[in-house]
Amino acid sequence: MDWQALALTLRLATVTTAILLAVAVPLAALLVLGRWRWLAALEALATLPLVLPPTVLGFFLLVLLGPRTAVGRGIAAVFGHPLAFSFDGLVVGSVIYSLPFAVQPLVAGFAAVPESLVDAARLLGASPARIVTTLLMPLARRSLITAAVLTFLHTVGEFGVVLMLGGDIPGSTRTLSIVLYNQVENFDYAAAGQTAAILLGLSLLALAAIYSKGLKRGSARGGRDA
Amino acid sequence: MLEFRIEARRGSFRLEVEGRFASEWTVVFGPSGAGKSTLLRLLAGLDWARADEPVRGRVTLDAIELTDTDRRLRLRPGRRQSGMVAQEPALFPHLSAAANVAYGLHGWDRARQARRIAEMLELVGATELAGRRPAELSGGQAQRVALARALARGPQLLLLDEPFSALDGAASDALLERLQAWARANGVQTVLATHDVSDALMTGAEVLLLREGRKVALGPAANVLAGERDRLLGRLELS
Repeated sequence: MDWQALALTLRLATVTTAILLAVAVPLAALLVLGRWRWLAALEALATLPLVLPPTVLGFFLLVLLGPRTAVGRGIAAVFGHPLAFSFDGLVVGSVIYSLPFAVQPLVAGFAAVPESLVDAARLLGASPARIVTTLLMPLARRSLITAAVLTFLHTVGEFGVVLMLGGDIPGSTRTLSIVLYNQVENFDYAAAGQTAAILLGLSLLALAAIYSKGLKRGSARGGRDA
Repeated sequence: MLEFRIEARRGSFRLEVEGRFASEWTVVFGPSGAGKSTLLRLLAGLDWARADEPVRGRVTLDAIELTDTDRRLRLRPGRRQSGMVAQEPALFPHLSAAANVAYGLHGWDRARQARRIAEMLELVGATELAGRRPAELSGGQAQRVALARALARGPQLLLLDEPFSALDGAASDALLERLQAWARANGVQTVLATHDVSDALMTGAEVLLLREGRKVALGPAANVLAGERDRLLGRLELS
């Protein structure tokens, strides 16, 4: 068992999930509460990684973050190293790749909160940020948890983006999916089975958490959801 | 004094109305679909920014401009010193009745907040409901709490859209009387939308009669409603 890869995978998924929730909550709120025409284009852009082949996304990011572009050189100057083939680069790739898995459940959850409640909060002087934190988030609690779990699992299982953008550097970019790929390449099916079982177990555990009894009880206390 | 000129479109419905409410208590009267709710929502500052159905007009309260689309001025609903209660109470389901009333008192110190909550719940006859969640309230109780929540911030303009529809006649009349006394004592200009002629007669010093999104009459309740009664009787005789 490659414990180093397991730890790296969990670290990558945790960091990605934390960043994505911080980004996706205001983005989903903007998509639901905003009135501007161009929001449809923004939503399409946020959903794009869902239909884009991971290798294509990984390739674009590899080129963009590499030393041949101004963006890549600028980021390298800030971070002190190029993002391609580094853990930080993997985080950037994972955040973009998993963005729809965080945004879509939140948009559905926020949109399910009745507009009359949002109007009432506006009339009572609540700022958009307060409406999100005191109304949308508590009432769409289940969507928040779903978004977090889906993002985490999606990051744990990603392969194409990781391979294109991060390569296979032990301790830095070698995640469990890459380990599994290497084990199959080497015909080590016993080890591959063990790695696959861990990935499967993580997925089942997380999905069980979504449908757990405690969550349903929490939902009944006032949670509204799509 | 509340002055307004509004042109709005909602699908095939058009609201084109202007008026000046000089009285402290005005009733907007008309049948369902006349545009009462649309007018009150716009006076409250809601729905002006809908990109699909633009609204034009101007609203001033005591000579202070709340909205003027020609000048792209649009004061946010929470900054208009107005409170609104609609037919649907829209209480926040995850908060107790007291916490619902406290929602608009953001930034107040706890002691002042607690005093205000108690005062408002007592005014609407809902003191014993403070700890209950909206799911545990009847329709009438929820409307009382929604009224307390709207009053708590001390609005200068109170907009009531059939707010006591879930209360029986006697309870509704009693609450309206208490509310009128409170509004008078606090100098709050109130606009009540109703299709109930008894509400209009009981409370209306001034009535705006709306039909199909247009102003039919604006004036003293007795005159406006007598004219409406004559019109309805005339239609009855014709049929």
